[in-house]
Amino acid sequence: MKTDGIGARVTRKEDHRFLTGNGQYTDDIILPRQTYASFVRSPHAHATINGIDSTAAAAMPGVVAIFTGKDIEESKIGGLPCGWGITSKDGTPAIEPPHPILCIGKARYVGDHVAVVIAETTEQARAAADVMDVDYGILPAVVSTGTAAASKTAVHDQAPNNVCYTWGHGDEAGVKAAFEKAHHISTLELINQRLAPNAMEPRAANAVYDRSSESYTLYVANQNPHVERLLMCAFVLGIPEHKMRVVAPDVGGGFGSKIFVYAEETVLVWASKRVGRPIKWTADRTEAFLSDAHGRDHVTKAQLAMDKDGKFLGFRVDTTAAMGAYLSTFSTAVPTILYGTLLAGQYTTPSIYVEVTAVFTNTAPVDAYRGAGRPEATYVVERMVEVAARDMKMDPAEIRRRNFIRTFPYATPVGLTYDVGDYDATLDGAIKMHDVAGFAARRAASEARGMKRGLGYSSYIEACGLAPSNVAGALGARAGLFESGEVRVHPTGKVEVFTGSHSHGQGHETTFAQVVADKLGIPIDDVTINHGDTSKVLFGMGTYGSRSLAVGGSAIVKAVDKVIAKGKKIAAHLLEASDTDIEFVNGEFIVKGTDKKVPFASVSLTAYVPHNYPLDKLEPGLNENAFYDPTNFTYPAGTHICEVEVDPQTGKVEICAFTAMDDFGNIINPMIVEGQVHGGLAQGLGQALLEDCIYDPESGQLLTASYMDYAMPRADDFPNFKVGNNVTACTHNPLGVKGCGEAGAIGSPPALINAITDAIGVKHIDMPATPERVWRAMQTAAHAAHA
Amino acid sequence: MDMKDSRIINAPQAKVWAALNDPAMLKQCIIGCDSLEATDEGTFVAAMSVKVGPVSAKFKGKLQLEDVQPPNSYKLKFEGQGGPAGFANGTANVSLTAESPTSTRLDYVANAMIGGKLAQIGSRLVDAAARKIADDFFSKFDALVGEAMPQSTEVTNASAAESPVATSKPVVPIWVWIVAAVVVAALLYKWCL
Repeated sequence: MKTDGIGARVTRKEDHRFLTGNGQYTDDIILPRQTYASFVRSPHAHATINGIDSTAAAAMPGVVAIFTGKDIEESKIGGLPCGWGITSKDGTPAIEPPHPILCIGKARYVGDHVAVVIAETTEQARAAADVMDVDYGILPAVVSTGTAAASKTAVHDQAPNNVCYTWGHGDEAGVKAAFEKAHHISTLELINQRLAPNAMEPRAANAVYDRSSESYTLYVANQNPHVERLLMCAFVLGIPEHKMRVVAPDVGGGFGSKIFVYAEETVLVWASKRVGRPIKWTADRTEAFLSDAHGRDHVTKAQLAMDKDGKFLGFRVDTTAAMGAYLSTFSTAVPTILYGTLLAGQYTTPSIYVEVTAVFTNTAPVDAYRGAGRPEATYVVERMVEVAARDMKMDPAEIRRRNFIRTFPYATPVGLTYDVGDYDATLDGAIKMHDVAGFAARRAASEARGMKRGLGYSSYIEACGLAPSNVAGALGARAGLFESGEVRVHPTGKVEVFTGSHSHGQGHETTFAQVVADKLGIPIDDVTINHGDTSKVLFGMGTYGSRSLAVGGSAIVKAVDKVIAKGKKIAAHLLEASDTDIEFVNGEFIVKGTDKKVPFASVSLTAYVPHNYPLDKLEPGLNENAFYDPTNFTYPAGTHICEVEVDPQTGKVEICAFTAMDDFGNIINPMIVEGQVHGGLAQGLGQALLEDCIYDPESGQLLTASYMDYAMPRADDFPNFKVGNNVTACTHNPLGVKGCGEAGAIGSPPALINAITDAIGVKHIDMPATPERVWRAMQTAAHAAHA
Repeated sequence: MDMKDSRIINAPQAKVWAALNDPAMLKQCIIGCDSLEATDEGTFVAAMSVKVGPVSAKFKGKLQLEDVQPPNSYKLKFEGQGGPAGFANGTANVSLTAESPTSTRLDYVANAMIGGKLAQIGSRLVDAAARKIADDFFSKFDALVGEAMPQSTEVTNASAAESPVATSKPVVPIWVWIVAAVVVAALLYKWCL
């Protein structure tokens, strides 16, 4: 077996440049005659802009230009588009208010873009931005998600009650009938709190207009440069698509927050022609907290009906989801298509109904963040199942087993068809790996020390590999969701691959190279993966939703297969055989049943030096491309088990052990997969234990705008995770892969909260489970017990 | 943010009340107080510069007194703009109580809504800095009132003729402003960090 092919723990090819400081990020790019931008941001959550006096700022040293919403209005530039149309249950479309790239008339959240100052240096731009005189008329702010629809203030005139849409999905009547015949109905109210995405590299952009070619180039920290270009050209700026190049070079983390088309880079592109010089902007950390699209922010009530044996009969979920002040690129899809469709979980619940009310608030926009809808769904389902188990006095593993889906393909009542899975295997595997059998003794030992110990399960499922374009389109997507791949074989047999997927930490340069090296039987060092440049890559839908390998990798495999097919024809000519008799094994084209063979590099050389070549039947060259559109989502699933110890004196939670038994389908590089799982777990457990993006409920001021107040997880908050895999190969893509990027963040939060509530004997505690919150929950429970 | 504290000033209540309305005295206690003017009955405009480490910020504030009960208590509404540093609005309730013939207890409860960079920088820094600045102010005030009461009274009398803060008006305003200024200065101080 190849040591650098599929299944090998190859160390990451990209890490040398990252770890030695040789990565090339957007902020590293300095263009000739570079200028720098600073954005004037609203200090108010909701205010009219009565006037802007830029006289003093314009006179500051180094200032090149200043633009405000008035300039945008006069230039007739469109607003930022929303990429997914959602229809309310009454048949009306979601309300999509304008999203201007600089505020026109009103600012709608703290950090909203009021003006831009462009200067010779960043410091000069910031100094001038500081003296911009903006006359604000302060308005009351709509802040809390749960009460936005009842507010007397409207964020947008178009939505007087702040409701963007009310989406219903599933069988409402069926659920009602199930509730009527239920033995027991468990209920749960919970908040899935708002999170800030916190990519290590803040957002950045550098835009330049070239007068000779009349074209733009935008360097931007982004997860999908072709989508960025398409949306910005076609829907906002009206630039012909072939007159714009978008480069997303090395990108230091995205977690969803760099999918979207933001105001900042759009302003830069527009202004670069006006100014006639390149303009760069790099967010500082507080700007990132203020203006990156946030994640989650749901308020939910769930009810689960069961028969006397704990079989789930019906499940109803009512959620209010914050959109923030404007609709970010995929904001509307996250709490609907990526949430409501996942509420079956791993279970056979026959009737499910979900109703989602999306509301505008005077806060930063909310959009996809690692998992995007699926963590919210998993949190509801797996917390609900835990509450149900306790209500029914059943073992939480047993109630899960009693309801598992076991026949595939399985059509859920919420619109998905799971192709394959083995949920007993991942649950049993997790129980064994975690040594659940030893938990009682560990709990007794903790209690002997005055501590409380608890154990929690989470059997999650996600829909990844986004997505079959026709399905997505039927669900409201305003884009396709295929991927492209090009395999360019050079004369010497060295290979360059061009993929529409984009790596911003996932290790594609290694994983994809392993796939290609394995298929072509060549060393991994003979393969280079190119991505992130619209002038190099055919087209691309980008990286999110754990889709890169399942969709982008499949496109590459299709292109490799075409290379091999053409290679066989060339080899057949060289070996004087029929191409149907040629097989390709370990990098050699062989005439079946003979020792006649020709290596891959000889075939590639022949393709480019076609002296002895069937020119009448075959074009020279060896370069193939392919588009792959999946026929279904992929369904990674698994069981996570978390074990905690709680100090009853302080409420502090220690995660003693965490086990993740996942099914990602086939695995190309187990080391990279483990890394993805570890990172995902850190984010999921960070949400459950620490992170909370807080706006002042009255003023709408962002109170967690730096790492002084926003608690990020650190390595010493966690034990060494135990991770394992049980593979059921995906049935519908050529690699049999499902995706692993989001699973950790999806599965882990309910496991931790289930463990804490088990330890301290309360029904529910909202995330993050800070020591104060845990301590108060324990006091409340103690008082209730005495009463 | 909320700030609540009690201080014992080593002077009789009437003297404390008077001193709190003595601009010269107050200027000595507030570093960076550039101006303080009465614009209307019970309304004041103040400006101060705060310099912390390498950073300077100018703050413009408006103060309004309500429920003035000399020499016992009043309520202060304040709003201030710190330019790029952000803004602060709020109220402070201040009261004086005679503890003994020679000492006075001063209670204050201030509640401020802060915005912009001040809010973003984080409450832990703001709260700690506000408390430190308040402590510094009152320590100096206590020392000066205790030591220099006769002289201070003279200054008050002398200034009364030319100062807009005439004896006929409630003397409270200035000292209320001080509390507000302290809060504001604390915020700026924190921002500067």
